[in-house]
Amino acid sequence: MSFTGKLGWDSIPFHEPLPLVSAGVIGLVLLGVFIWVWRRGHLPYIWSEWITSVDHKRIGVMYCLLAGVMLLRGFSDALLMRSQQAIAYGNEGYLPPDHYDQIFSAHGTIMIFFVAMPFMIGLMNFVVPLQLGVRDVAFPTLNSVSFWLTASGALLINMSLVIGEFAKTGWLVYPPLSELRFSPGVGVDYYLWALQISGMGTLLSGVNLVTTILKMRAPGMGYSRMPMFTWTSLASNLLIVAAFPVLTAVLGMLILDRYLGFHFFTPEAGGNQMMFVNLIWAWGHPEVYILILPAFGVFSEIISTFSSKPLFGYRSMVIATMVICILSFMVWLHHFFTMGAGADVNGFFGITTMIIAVPTGVKVFNWLFTMYGGRIRYTSMMLWSIGFIVTFVIGGMTGVMLAVPPADFVLHNSLFLVAHFHNVIIGGVLFGAFAGFTFWFPKMFGFTLDETWGKRAFWLWISGFYVAFMPLYVLGLMGMTRRMQHYDVPGWHPWLLVAGVGALLIAAGIACQVMMLYVSIKTRKDRIDESGDPWDGRTLEWITTSPPPAFNFAVLPDVKGEEAYWGIKAKARENRALSDRPDYEPIEMPRNSPTGIVAAFFATAMGFALIWHIWWLVILGFFGAWGTFIVFAWRDKAEYEIPVEEVERLDQARRRSKATLLDLPEEALS
Amino acid sequence: MTAQTHDPNKLGRSAEPNPDGPAPKRVVVSYGFWIFLLSDFILFACFFAGYAVLKDATAGGPSGKDLFELKLVETETVLLLLSSFACGLAGIATLARDMRWFQIAMAATGLLGAGFLALEAYEFLHLIGEGAGPGRSAFLSAFFALVGCHGLHVLLGMLWLTTIMAQAWAKGLREDILRRILCFSLFWHALDIIWVALFTMVYLMGVRG
Repeated sequence: MSFTGKLGWDSIPFHEPLPLVSAGVIGLVLLGVFIWVWRRGHLPYIWSEWITSVDHKRIGVMYCLLAGVMLLRGFSDALLMRSQQAIAYGNEGYLPPDHYDQIFSAHGTIMIFFVAMPFMIGLMNFVVPLQLGVRDVAFPTLNSVSFWLTASGALLINMSLVIGEFAKTGWLVYPPLSELRFSPGVGVDYYLWALQISGMGTLLSGVNLVTTILKMRAPGMGYSRMPMFTWTSLASNLLIVAAFPVLTAVLGMLILDRYLGFHFFTPEAGGNQMMFVNLIWAWGHPEVYILILPAFGVFSEIISTFSSKPLFGYRSMVIATMVICILSFMVWLHHFFTMGAGADVNGFFGITTMIIAVPTGVKVFNWLFTMYGGRIRYTSMMLWSIGFIVTFVIGGMTGVMLAVPPADFVLHNSLFLVAHFHNVIIGGVLFGAFAGFTFWFPKMFGFTLDETWGKRAFWLWISGFYVAFMPLYVLGLMGMTRRMQHYDVPGWHPWLLVAGVGALLIAAGIACQVMMLYVSIKTRKDRIDESGDPWDGRTLEWITTSPPPAFNFAVLPDVKGEEAYWGIKAKARENRALSDRPDYEPIEMPRNSPTGIVAAFFATAMGFALIWHIWWLVILGFFGAWGTFIVFAWRDKAEYEIPVEEVERLDQARRRSKATLLDLPEEALS
Repeated sequence: MTAQTHDPNKLGRSAEPNPDGPAPKRVVVSYGFWIFLLSDFILFACFFAGYAVLKDATAGGPSGKDLFELKLVETETVLLLLSSFACGLAGIATLARDMRWFQIAMAATGLLGAGFLALEAYEFLHLIGEGAGPGRSAFLSAFFALVGCHGLHVLLGMLWLTTIMAQAWAKGLREDILRRILCFSLFWHALDIIWVALFTMVYLMGVRG
């Protein structure tokens, strides 16, 4: 047993220039950013206001940032795969199989765990306490720990680019391929520990948000008055609490197999590989609803706001959400109808899968009826929403096709499946994330995003999506299986060339989004959101300023009905006055803490050590993390006080801006 | 505040949903910890399911009927239940704000837990010595993982217990520390619930073959 475990100079893939060069470029960019930040003297600010912040708004923004950065990484993997398949007709292409297998595994892992998840959790973190009319989540420091554990997992995945290798097994590491005998390298271990660490963060985040929604709501904010995004967040986080332990358990079993010679999933000594597949999908199917439900919530808010109408069928929307929440646990077997469970079992799961389309259909009609008769404003967010409805319906229909077991026997593992899940994840989750980010961006930063570049991004994304993925449906029906490094069927080649063009269109869409951010930040002085309510919003996040003060609300809002803020606005218009000037009190807020980043530092060290069998570092990492929590637990002052004058000053400024927004006279303030 | 809302029965705020706003911190913390415990139950449920699937996959090796010693496991059970009882006493001591009895009861909780762990370690080492380690068959893998997962929870619980004892000693029975003690006792009792299921499903049903 050596000091550095399995780690040595031969672990660096010098023979593969592509990952080394790209990682080198990324490293240089990061170093450049760091040096720029350091030279401009921003480091203390970033440390005290962001990295150690326990403010749910800051943490939400950092989640979105992490997702955006990882989107670039995951998308470059996609470009590599599309170009490889466009080239590799009758030849080997430019990516050797060994490398290509790592790329498709990394692409799936990154896009689900480190793009879609953090994006959604980021939006929920930012928005939910604001919509509930409260000052923070239930456990603010734990929230910071959750975020940094997620970042730790993302870091480990990226480290696999230059130190060692990543899994070559696909994004769900099916055994027996992922067992030590067939995957002796560290790739699967990178996958396992990155997901165990970030999964811990996700679970804690779920516990946090469930507790927040169920136990911390403004006075009068009953369940039947909660905004739809908060409802879908509740459903999504309940699913996190119920499903993520399953992931932890099943990956834990695989870890025991690989590290301690257990026989859960090995082909010998009685191991059962299909148990892995069952368990991983018992997590995996709820996971897709964990991702899509918050997106449904985003679209509900946006469609209602920009149609200037209350959401159609609020109650049916809530019921549909909760029905999806429950049904999502009853369909996992449709991911492997070919297991051979027999006609009865397959029939049962085929039917439950089709039933899940019913509540989803209810939602689609509710969105359509919300728009019907409304005064629709076609902002970029509304475009994403309409694009979503059309695209998601197509994806849903191919999903119902796959839910028919006999059809699934033909389409299983083909590009038809790949096209289907990209159809719902891009057209649903990603569009929702982009729409939500644009919608709440002014609330996050105090200025709106540039609409011209936003719309360009939308049109390129949606056309790119159709050009890239419709050919994949065709290819699936032609019999092309997924994950092919090369092929020699002449009929497939033109379709794969078209799909490659689609990927380039999406790349142009991403470039437009980068431009959108650049242009918006550059012209932010002209696009300041003075009123805190740029879209004529209906829910409580729009009652406070943009960006909100640390305490969100000087006085917790008094909720009198559905669409709390809309009601307050209507009353103010009617009375030609704001509500009575409240009695201000000093506010206690949780103090910042470096616990999150320090614990995640030790968790990263521990994960890295486990991957490379550096046992002394494992022990050091564990006790480092434990010690961090003890130091945190030992502190005497958990909160700081915001003096009443400060609260009053900020809230008076807010009231003035609201009076301006509603065109009320000066005396309406008092 | 003018009474503009429709309130025919003069119920005031109490007729509204969630009239008081956010719950007090003690409620929020213990509620959140319960949610976490539920997720932990699901983790155990997976290991239980794994055990149920692999119970008969002995690969020609020994089965539960050949291996399990009920006497030992009964002693383990008694130790763990007594430990929970001691933990309950520690809770009563916090209500009385009695530091001495709190420390004594917590020490008893920890010692009984340590006794449980020692017996479990003895059982594991004994099985491995007999050639019935987790690498022998899928059944033994599932057994060691399930029982070991519970044992690991007890071990981490003891680490937590010593931390809390030290903290209560150093800082006194402060509000935030009382909340942590509450969470710890929830955790400790939850491990009992798991053990009862484990004792029944693994050992009692195991020795019947």
